[in-house]
Amino acid sequence: MMTLKVNGKDHQVDADADTPLLYVLRDDLKLNAAKFGCGLGQCGSCTVIVDGKAVLSCVTPMVLLEGKQVTTLEGLGSNSAPAPIQRAFMEEQAAQCGYCIAGMMMRAQALLQRTPKPTDEQIRGELVLHLCRCGTHMRIIRAVKRAARLMDTAALTPASEGSAR
Amino acid sequence: MRKSGIIGGVLAVLLLGGGGAFFAIAWHPAIAAIDPPPRQSFDASLVKRGRELAALGNCANCHTVRGGKNFAGDLAVPTPFGPVYSSNITPDAATGIGRWSEEAFRRAMRSGVDREGRHLYPTFPYDHFTNVSDEDDRALYAFLMTREPIHSQARENQLAFPLNQRVVVAGWKLLFLHRDGFQADLARSVEWNRGAYLVEGLAHCGACHTPRNALGAERSTASFAGGDVDNWHAYPINTQSPAPVPWDADALYAYLREGFHPDHGTARGPMAEVASNLSAVPASDVHAIASYMADVFGKPSPVRKLQGETALAQAKLATATPPDSQGAKIYAGACAGCHESGRPPPYGGIHLGLSTAINANDPRNLANIMLSGVRSIEGERSPIMPGFAAVMNDREVAALLAYLRSRFSAQPAWNDLEKTVAEARRTQTAYIQNSAGPANAPADPAQRDKP
Repeated sequence: MMTLKVNGKDHQVDADADTPLLYVLRDDLKLNAAKFGCGLGQCGSCTVIVDGKAVLSCVTPMVLLEGKQVTTLEGLGSNSAPAPIQRAFMEEQAAQCGYCIAGMMMRAQALLQRTPKPTDEQIRGELVLHLCRCGTHMRIIRAVKRAARLMDTAALTPASEGSAR
Repeated sequence: MRKSGIIGGVLAVLLLGGGGAFFAIAWHPAIAAIDPPPRQSFDASLVKRGRELAALGNCANCHTVRGGKNFAGDLAVPTPFGPVYSSNITPDAATGIGRWSEEAFRRAMRSGVDREGRHLYPTFPYDHFTNVSDEDDRALYAFLMTREPIHSQARENQLAFPLNQRVVVAGWKLLFLHRDGFQADLARSVEWNRGAYLVEGLAHCGACHTPRNALGAERSTASFAGGDVDNWHAYPINTQSPAPVPWDADALYAYLREGFHPDHGTARGPMAEVASNLSAVPASDVHAIASYMADVFGKPSPVRKLQGETALAQAKLATATPPDSQGAKIYAGACAGCHESGRPPPYGGIHLGLSTAINANDPRNLANIMLSGVRSIEGERSPIMPGFAAVMNDREVAALLAYLRSRFSAQPAWNDLEKTVAEARRTQTAYIQNSAGPANAPADPAQRDKP
């Protein structure tokens, strides 16, 4: 048994030290936003945030997560109250099949937390690790830029409206 | 009094004479500027040969910034004395070598002097290039003078006094530049001699793989005994090679040509660029390099051979020891899935019992690769590995390094691993952002349909 901190909550998880984080998120915690793509850390669809950094959960064993804070897409926002990054992706219609998008959003979120006004080059440099077969790349870049603007505005709204959004 | 007077006189004469001799060596005239020659003035086959030679010489790796224009220079090359910025070797008239005659180019290659007569720092490996033949210099010149001219002025070197005075370089040359050119060994085969000419000359393998002395020159008594490059360790490639399986000419050829060998693994770091370049040159030249280097590695002793066979045999056995330390657990979760899968690349990596990095004296390469992984090459079925910099802290990487060392090597444990990891984290960021990536996909068509 180990304690895994996900989206601000502690979960008691019965998993081996070498189990990939992705399996625990999906199978045990039923958090299905992160996807299994290649299982080799090469496509990016399993990306989540660990202590503020984008991490490939399919190649990250549980032993590396003790005392660390995991954030999945579910932790950013919901259907009724989407986070800026989610709103931006919807408004730009950046998903086609959508399989890669949760991972894209998580890496973009990590980028925006670190670099609130990224250049095109920085966005491309970050997302280069993510594969998308549908080809919505240009919309994805627009969505990340829109999210940056939304977050900028959100920062100006009163705290009572929620800081997570 | 009289005696000391004589000594004083002799000293004065020596000093004056020495000074005069030094001046003669230190001073070089400018070679007249020319108008940049038109592209058509160079023979196409000469240009093509020059392209292959430029790949053998790895010119682009220092003279191109990652994402920048080819051969436009301005890459910061770290030296123990401070960064030296590579020069623009495109035929731009104002900032490149557009006004250089072939004679000026040849003088730079042979003597490390630019067209205006200024000494070049030996970061430009003219201690090797001095061995390049006139014929090859002509082809290299033809190739470079037909590239796209790029207007780009390299930054000023950041060297402290007195090293910022270029005349100091004349003294360095007096000590370390041997201008005899390449001498063939007639007792050896033509192929061996061709390999020696390339390795000791244009390919300048020793520039990374030979340790340097306090003055930054290769130590001639320790040829190929291992050196440093861009915070990577260039392994010993002589009889002191730490490779678990001894190298031979066939393995060297495959590795240099394709960047991978199943008994040794993947070329990465600065060596990835070398292998990428060597995939685009005539196979006979790579065979020649392999033949010469196999000789430098030396014929393995019976003990060494047996060690290699044991390592290969063990790599085929499945291990089922339950992980008992943090390092072992990280290995089981993050590494074994690929490195014990037995799958061919890119879906699997070599068994780590075959890893040179784990058996080397210096843990930096292993730390570097854990942090940044191996990025795929666009359009190629190339080796891949995810980097773990984002999810593993220094303590965790150090634990994994220590475990790998104890499990897969009989060598003594490494010390100060957390410091090594912190340093690797700092320098790898710079490396990834600034160095020219392996943008040129291997051109060896034989590689394209292989896993």
